[in-house]
Amino acid sequence: MKVRVLVSLKPGVLDPQGRAVHHALEGLGFSGVESARIGRTIDLDVADDTSDEALTEMCEKLLANTVIENYRIEKLD
Amino acid sequence: MAFRAAVVTFPGSNCDRDMAVAIEQVSGSAPVRVWHGDAQLPEGLDFIALPGGFSYGDYLRSGAMAANSPIMREIVRAAERGVPVLGVCNGFQVLTEARLLPGALMRNAGQTFICRNVGLKVENTQSIFTSGYDAGQEISIPVAHHDGNFFADNETLDRIEGDGRVAFRYMENCNGSQRDIAGVLNAAGNVLGMMPHPERAVDAAHGGTDGLALFESAIRSLANA
Repeated sequence: MKVRVLVSLKPGVLDPQGRAVHHALEGLGFSGVESARIGRTIDLDVADDTSDEALTEMCEKLLANTVIENYRIEKLD
Repeated sequence: MAFRAAVVTFPGSNCDRDMAVAIEQVSGSAPVRVWHGDAQLPEGLDFIALPGGFSYGDYLRSGAMAANSPIMREIVRAAERGVPVLGVCNGFQVLTEARLLPGALMRNAGQTFICRNVGLKVENTQSIFTSGYDAGQEISIPVAHHDGNFFADNETLDRIEGDGRVAFRYMENCNGSQRDIAGVLNAAGNVLGMMPHPERAVDAAHGGTDGLALFESAIRSLANA
């Protein structure tokens, strides 16, 4: 089973890299960009019988730092 | 009685030797060197130090992989028993990832790696790590980091400030840290994480000795225990 974990910074957590990217887009002349936030995608190939609980535990224990990050689990197939 | 300290080395640690040299210089006893894959800590430790560096290449997040290494399970248990644990720089990142300390260390607000001496104000002089400093003392300690921007939510920040758990603050905020926090203690006071490197400030020939009092404090606390 292919699983995609999307990790993003929580709202309110300052993202200096995202801000720099935002400014760079403006510098390139793209108008109307309100903001940019940088996250991370982790693609997992796991056994078909992997439980949702196990996937959540993977995110909570390692893949995301829940002090600063949210995560979303998407099953791709 | 000899001061029995351990310095942990993770793959990618690069301040482990400096830490061991500093501890030996102050205590007169060479620390035990412990490897990240060790399943057990030596018996009867008085002090555990997690050094600076780039453990596991900073993969995923700084300190995230090291926080899940075999030796960290033992260090969490030791910390819960009250053994003093000092994490410097990457060691601080590891301690937050291991949830022994609150908050997280994010990319510096200015995006750049910072390597220079910074001024710190000693905020807490009651802890086992800081009793050798004077209240409000201003000291100079080197920083060398890319991910030193301390973040925690406001509720957590209010709690750690209210409980006197801020050990050090930057006199000029160099990395965007919330409320200028440079070093923070756990609730029990036996775990300290800090981004500046006290082990690099123990020899006048290297530019300053303001880090000495931290190690002296820990050794004196043990002697008085």
